[in-house]
Amino acid sequence: MPVLCSSCDDKRAVLKRPKTGHSLCKACFFRAFEEEVHQTILAANLFKHGEIVGIAASGGKDSTVLAHVMKLLNERYNYGLELMLLSVDEGISGYRDDSLETVKRNQQQYELPLKIVSYEELYGWTMDAIVKQVGLKNNCTFCGVFRRQALDRGALMLRVDKICTGHNADDVAETVLMNILRGDIARLRRCTAISTSSEGEGVVPRCKPLKYAYEKEIVLYAYFKKLDYFSTECIYSPNAYRGHARTFLKDLESVRPSSIMDIIHSGENLSVREGVKMPVQGTCNRCGYISSQTLCKSCVLLEGLNRGLPKLGIGKHHRLHDKILTQQPLTEKEERKLKSVNF
Amino acid sequence: MCQVEEEYHGPLQREELPSVSKQCMKCKEAGAAVVIRAGDAYCRGCFKEYFIHKFRAMLGKNRLIFPGEKVLLAVSGGPSSCSMLSQVQEGLSQNAHKKLRFLPGIVYIDEGGAVGQSVEDRRRTVDQLQAVFRATGFPFLVVPLEQVLDLPSSVVLSAPGAPEWKAGAYKAAVDHFLLSDGSSGVTAQQQQETPPLEVQEAHTHSLQRLLGSARTLTAREELLNTLRQHLLVHTARSAGYSKVMLGDSCTRLAVKLLSSISLGRGAQLAHDTGFSDSRYGDIILVRPMRDYSAKEIAYYNRMFSVPSVFTAGLETKTADKSSIQRLTESFVTKLQADFPSTVSTIYRTSEKLQSCKSLASAGGDRCLLCVCALDTAAENASAFSATLISEQLSQTQSPEQSRPAPEAPPPASQCCSAVGGEACGNRGGGCCSSAEASEPPPLRSLLCYSCQLTIKDLSSEEVLPHYILSEAQRRLRRSQLREEIRDFLLEDEADEG
Repeated sequence: MPVLCSSCDDKRAVLKRPKTGHSLCKACFFRAFEEEVHQTILAANLFKHGEIVGIAASGGKDSTVLAHVMKLLNERYNYGLELMLLSVDEGISGYRDDSLETVKRNQQQYELPLKIVSYEELYGWTMDAIVKQVGLKNNCTFCGVFRRQALDRGALMLRVDKICTGHNADDVAETVLMNILRGDIARLRRCTAISTSSEGEGVVPRCKPLKYAYEKEIVLYAYFKKLDYFSTECIYSPNAYRGHARTFLKDLESVRPSSIMDIIHSGENLSVREGVKMPVQGTCNRCGYISSQTLCKSCVLLEGLNRGLPKLGIGKHHRLHDKILTQQPLTEKEERKLKSVNF
Repeated sequence: MCQVEEEYHGPLQREELPSVSKQCMKCKEAGAAVVIRAGDAYCRGCFKEYFIHKFRAMLGKNRLIFPGEKVLLAVSGGPSSCSMLSQVQEGLSQNAHKKLRFLPGIVYIDEGGAVGQSVEDRRRTVDQLQAVFRATGFPFLVVPLEQVLDLPSSVVLSAPGAPEWKAGAYKAAVDHFLLSDGSSGVTAQQQQETPPLEVQEAHTHSLQRLLGSARTLTAREELLNTLRQHLLVHTARSAGYSKVMLGDSCTRLAVKLLSSISLGRGAQLAHDTGFSDSRYGDIILVRPMRDYSAKEIAYYNRMFSVPSVFTAGLETKTADKSSIQRLTESFVTKLQADFPSTVSTIYRTSEKLQSCKSLASAGGDRCLLCVCALDTAAENASAFSATLISEQLSQTQSPEQSRPAPEAPPPASQCCSAVGGEACGNRGGGCCSSAEASEPPPLRSLLCYSCQLTIKDLSSEEVLPHYILSEAQRRLRRSQLREEIRDFLLEDEADEG
């Protein structure tokens, strides 16, 4: 006997919701998924009428679903938002060039303006060139740090008021676990926030409308909606340590499906003891971007690349910042330490 | 281009690999006997000194245990709590360098009934432990877990605790103790031999029914932990102890922290893993072993013949993925093998947290099971309210659907009516503003987020022990009453027990 949809009690159920375990028909699942994102947007007051919102689009499932749902909800509920797509071209041949093609198709399908900023034009380095110098270890650090800033710069060029990213519940839960494993109490505290407070000039507020959407449901949604998305892992090996956290999270989910939400709940309710030292937000002395140090991470990484000392930005070398700022040469000893290792 | 090492010192200086045949890094005389962490090799004598000092330092730094105070040591028979017992013994001995000055007692909670051990096996374990306890000369209690069924409801209340310690209180207490012949305090204590309480078979059966009603091992373990803690606190209260020492090691706490996060206990983390836990008010739980790794303890116990007794628990011999706690344990141990700083990094996080948000802890409602401040106020955008919405949207809108917490109408209503006004009315259940009829709120409304998850996994709430159910009844009646007279109350005052 076919299982009936637990919501409408009428049509045949086609899927079991990973989040709640209910069996739903296609229409009811779409409605529930969209409605949940809508509720999140309302409850967290993410947008104001008339704002220009940039959707960070990579061509992957999360950002494709985000773009689709944002456009749909904007029209259905009359948010009054002006949406655009914002992409970053890291310069990874065989990966990003293909996924950008997907974004370009999405642009046509959703009729949204698209802006692509590339690492090459912003930093003068493509990821391909970076990996050539750095190797396959720590290359994700460069990519991650540069992307954060690239999105902000792209947002400033487009003059958007806000950026929304496709981070889903699994991503947030995974980040909570990662920050515990790394002992990063400052990030642990803020990683569950749905939107960044306006942090200062040059920084565009960001939010995660899919924060409470399960990754599996995003895939289901994309699958049943037959959305056009790109699904390939980055060709430069993924971060090994994060991989452990991810596997652990998937195992937790298989033991108790609500674990993902439970971890987010935990993260939202943590309170840090008074007197624990927290980094203070300042600005980078070179580029003016937000930074807790005299130089922001991406300036240090870039300096390292340009001087041929890629390890300058990996690990903590804060005491070298003054030297970099005043353009002093490093001692031989320091240089030797920061060169990449060739075997 | 020929350097392999990229350290600051010269290329020829290689870091020596830790080897067993090295000298002790402390005294640099005797040969090393143990390697605690990579590179830290200690001889026998120095290791013992280091281990003992750590215990005193932990108690000395926190200044929580007053001289002459009665302290109950919760000993499970495992290596960590037995090591704690031997440290207390060591610290109270006459020739101790810095003598401990409290009055210890031991409690062993016999959980054999919960894990389905036979009466003979239970007796054998108890006999072994009693021999260990007798040798210490401390008074001890053996309490079968079945006793939890007869607890009074007051256990789940946070008793008005000792007043906030004033700055000089500890010092004053020490001075006072020294003046009033502090030396004989400990030795004068008599070791009372209490005959182990006989357990009725019917009680064992109801305990097993209670734990068996949990559909998942995760929930069963949580339930067992809760019951054990209630029984510990009750035992301490009725025997006049004001502190309970738990033997959680650093490794144990790292696992506990991560599994607590995964179980949604973020708000209660500081209570669950901190040095002291004051959720019960008058009885304070203390974790003096939290600086030792499981490895250190194992070495010490072996080298200095600290006896311990193996007792099987719920997770013994289960698969990695049988429960969240078990999964977390294997995750942490495996990661620790590859990245040796895992445990200490996780553990250090626990030191930077504080208990619940200050606004809730003032005098607000506490969870019926774990006695921590409730973390279920459905705030604007939270994982908790998002889950409720998901559940609502996936079900037919039937009136009898249970709501875990009285839900506040979304405060974003002005936005709701401005932007999606028509939609709210049209789409059935799309907005959560449908006013709930005044049906009696279920038991779940009295629980914190995580304990709600545990109860959700029970086949029936009716199997819970009487002391919990009757307290639940009382609280529900009380909140109903408050609801009725709400209009006449001038301020939304906290409910006084």
